[in-house]
Amino acid sequence: MKVALETGVHRKVATSRTAARKIGSAVLYIVLIAIAILQLLPLVWLLFFSLKNSQEIFDLAPFALPRHPKWENYSDVWSSGNIDRYFINSVVVTLGSVVLTILLASFVTYAVTRMRWKLSSFVLGIFMLGMMIPVHSTLIPLYNLYEKLDFINKYHSLIVSYTAFNLPITIMIMLGFYAVLPKEVEEAAIMDGCSINRLFFQIILPMTMSVMMTAAIINMIYNWNEFIFVNTFISSDSLKTLTVGVQNFIGQYQANWGAIGATLMISILPIMVVFLLLSNRIVEGLAAGSVKG
Amino acid sequence: MDKVMSNKWIIALYVLPSIILIMAVIYVPIVLTGYYGLMDWDGVSSMKFIGLDNYVALFKDHAFWESVGHSFLFALLSTLSLAVYLIVAMVLAGNIKGANLFRKIYLLPMLLSSVAIAQLWMKVYHPTSGILNTTLVSLGFSDPPAWLSDTKYVLGALFVPILWQYAGFYILIYYAALKNIPNTLVEAALIDGATHRQIAYRIKLPLITEVIKVTIVLSVVGSLKYFDLIYVMTGGGPNGASDVMASYMYQRAFKGFDFGYGSAIGFFLLIICLAATWIIRKLTATKDSIQYS
Repeated sequence: MKVALETGVHRKVATSRTAARKIGSAVLYIVLIAIAILQLLPLVWLLFFSLKNSQEIFDLAPFALPRHPKWENYSDVWSSGNIDRYFINSVVVTLGSVVLTILLASFVTYAVTRMRWKLSSFVLGIFMLGMMIPVHSTLIPLYNLYEKLDFINKYHSLIVSYTAFNLPITIMIMLGFYAVLPKEVEEAAIMDGCSINRLFFQIILPMTMSVMMTAAIINMIYNWNEFIFVNTFISSDSLKTLTVGVQNFIGQYQANWGAIGATLMISILPIMVVFLLLSNRIVEGLAAGSVKG
Repeated sequence: MDKVMSNKWIIALYVLPSIILIMAVIYVPIVLTGYYGLMDWDGVSSMKFIGLDNYVALFKDHAFWESVGHSFLFALLSTLSLAVYLIVAMVLAGNIKGANLFRKIYLLPMLLSSVAIAQLWMKVYHPTSGILNTTLVSLGFSDPPAWLSDTKYVLGALFVPILWQYAGFYILIYYAALKNIPNTLVEAALIDGATHRQIAYRIKLPLITEVIKVTIVLSVVGSLKYFDLIYVMTGGGPNGASDVMASYMYQRAFKGFDFGYGSAIGFFLLIICLAATWIIRKLTATKDSIQYS
């Protein structure tokens, strides 16, 4: 009797506990969904007003769907400004820097993780410290240097700067992967008389394809979005990249929100596509690049 | 094997190009910035050595110290918000369905360019047609402020998009670190009767302290050198009310053509960032780091 009563009480406590837990987890989900909505809302609003004409933007509620989506906003800004030109510049600069950065970072990471030399950890330290240095503290001397080298208003000024400033984080992303590569492969290759350069290019690089992809995507995002170097080193309109081009271009459209929205959408679209296709790699790369694995 | 892997020529070949690059683009310029700070220089005519005049003027420059104050305010607020990100990450890393989707949605703003984010939020804050003020008016507030041109609100108004941009990044880092904790530890604690709160405080937090330290450094240094979004949204205005160190430096050097003074600010910014990194490392130093096993 006593035992039965006790288990009854226990059961009651247990059921109220599971009920509380259910409510608790419902609240958690609501909070998590609310944050997700906050993160997406401004972007949805942007999409909507990029498809409206000025009249609709002022008359309709902010999240009302445009009555007749004005896709011509997109074709108008694409052909009227230099947007197509900026787009190509962004692609050239981004690709050039990504290829160079990945190659150089692979060399360094390989030398630091696999080869034996006294200064190895010191050199790694120099690269890692580079992450803490504000770009702005280098800006004036770099401008001066590039002016002397005739790099101003050239792609190289951007490619060289992006590569140097992205090397540290790229090396950091690669470190963890190189650390767990099996040594046996290298040993066997060297036993067979393979030179170290052949070993690196024909065996190591193919083996690290996956981490190179991850690092390349992170680099691509950073370079595509970069603002301050382009704004400082490039004044010729035909060489501007999308970020700075868009910034100047928007200035002309004071009140034409539809055109501004379409321009912004075009500038973020490549990143959105990469995000939808490769979000796992982006997540992996960002996590590896900030915290040593 | 050892002989091949310690061949000095090969090591130099692999490492030197990158070292020369970051020396030329990062390390030599930061030294030069300090040196240019000793000059009176408009960027066009030749430099004139004026000793410490720029640095002395800097210490008396009220507008500069105001910008330093704003930078530190952002650094403090960003660091405090880490606690919220950590809680969200802990919730996500528990048994939440769709955790992966949530953290990807949270991350999205961080992948977009600061220029696009700034332009979008300028529209959000637009005094008459922005989504914020139209919402406020429809809720019955008759005279909502012009957020970005009001000295009272401008800093707060700038901080919201900064939060929006970086929240997902820190949540992602914490999530990755929490997922790294071996499940067996948590299970063992549960069997021993530990509550979820105890597990969070006594097991999970201590195990990710290294990661927390890294994120504190990232958020402080990141805030101290913050630039793009503020430069585009307000240019430091109205009347310097939203100037931060980097925007003030850019203003003085590239808009006011006082490159000597700008260099002095750049050098000061560098010293502050490195000092902040060092101090945070010292303050958070623990004698023995906790291992999983």
